[in-house]
Amino acid sequence: MSDVLVSTYRPGSTLLHRLPAGPKLGLLALYGVVTVVATGPWSAAGFLAFSLVLVAWVRIPWRVALRPLRPLLLVVVLVTAFQVWQKGWPTAVHVVGDLLALFVAAMVFTATTRIDAMLDAIVRGLGPFRRVGVKPEKIALAFSLMIGAIPGVMTIARETREAAKARGLERSPRALLVRMAIRTVAHAYDTGAALHARGIGDD
Amino acid sequence: MVLRLDEVSVSVETPDGDLTLLHPTTLTLSERRIALIGGNGSGKSTFARLLNGLVEPTTGRVTVDELDTVDDGAAVRRAVGFVFTDPGAQLVMPTCLEDVALSLRRSVKDRARRRREALDVLESIGLADKADVSVHALSGGQKQMLALAGVLATRPKVVVADEPTTLLDLRNTRAVADRLFSLTQQLVLVTHDLELVARCDRVLVIDDARVTFDGAPADAVAHYRASVDGAPSGPSA
Repeated sequence: MSDVLVSTYRPGSTLLHRLPAGPKLGLLALYGVVTVVATGPWSAAGFLAFSLVLVAWVRIPWRVALRPLRPLLLVVVLVTAFQVWQKGWPTAVHVVGDLLALFVAAMVFTATTRIDAMLDAIVRGLGPFRRVGVKPEKIALAFSLMIGAIPGVMTIARETREAAKARGLERSPRALLVRMAIRTVAHAYDTGAALHARGIGDD
Repeated sequence: MVLRLDEVSVSVETPDGDLTLLHPTTLTLSERRIALIGGNGSGKSTFARLLNGLVEPTTGRVTVDELDTVDDGAAVRRAVGFVFTDPGAQLVMPTCLEDVALSLRRSVKDRARRRREALDVLESIGLADKADVSVHALSGGQKQMLALAGVLATRPKVVVADEPTTLLDLRNTRAVADRLFSLTQQLVLVTHDLELVARCDRVLVIDDARVTFDGAPADAVAHYRASVDGAPSGPSA
């Protein structure tokens, strides 16, 4: 099974599970604004603690919750080092703490909201823009494909790495990157054909 | 339904000139179970993809009960479902229930009803207990069943399956094949499995982008075996 950056829906009966997707998405956006407005390391630590409380509340097992954070580790290290170098420790804790708090909150959102409900919320939210040519169903489809594509691309990356290793080419960027790019494009093409065959996007 | 190919050919441009994927072909398919067999790269998948408009003919016309696959593409895709060899590309949502529900979004606007109908479809293929399970956690056979569920949810009148058992073990091959052959819909099956061919009413043998035989399963398999026996050894293109 591939590691996933976004968690899949986990059934439950908490208030967050029952809250409609639209307001929940709004709250997530508001949370993002608040974390940016409130500066300082203590507020960032508070936001991160709050996000972790949400994880416990909706009963996502810690093993499942921490797994998607592993691929972020390199980004966290690089951003922390850069911020410490440029602005010092307090800013570094503020930036990285907020980043992690929002990432975890977004994970809680996807774990408590069915994609179907998200798509409905997006279609409803973008409904007024139909008159200016926006097609909410297509935007919602693109959104869902983006979420669905992440595990697929990660699986391709793992398989490509294993194939290169089997041929002794694990240190060859060309063997890894070119092959992965070709397979990712082929996967996108196949997914497009499959959606086309199911009549999705015809309207 | 009546699937009709009228002087249909398919070719693509390559740096070395036009490559013909299907030579001019005229035939009518109305049997309930139809198989397409032939070697790798012979043109089977091109033929199958013509039937729901995934591939457009370079010349000629493909119709499904008088609906043109080019002019009436959306209507044809509603009538003709397509199952791919690799279900990995066909499953686009995170969980089983969400993937089947995606197929229903166009026809069922009410979310609660959509969920019920998606669950019914999962129940019909024995995956109701996997409704909230990640599609990436399923076995190969379960993935192929789920891909089939995504197609059946749209209630097509014809199901075209392009080598749906090629990546599966014997147990899963039997499960998927039994489900396909139990469908009430017309079935067009591309396969290398000669046991499945024997369960069909009509078989087309495709070789080198041409339909070289069209008839009963036993005769078609004999023709196919003879063509393979007479061919030079080594992998084909």
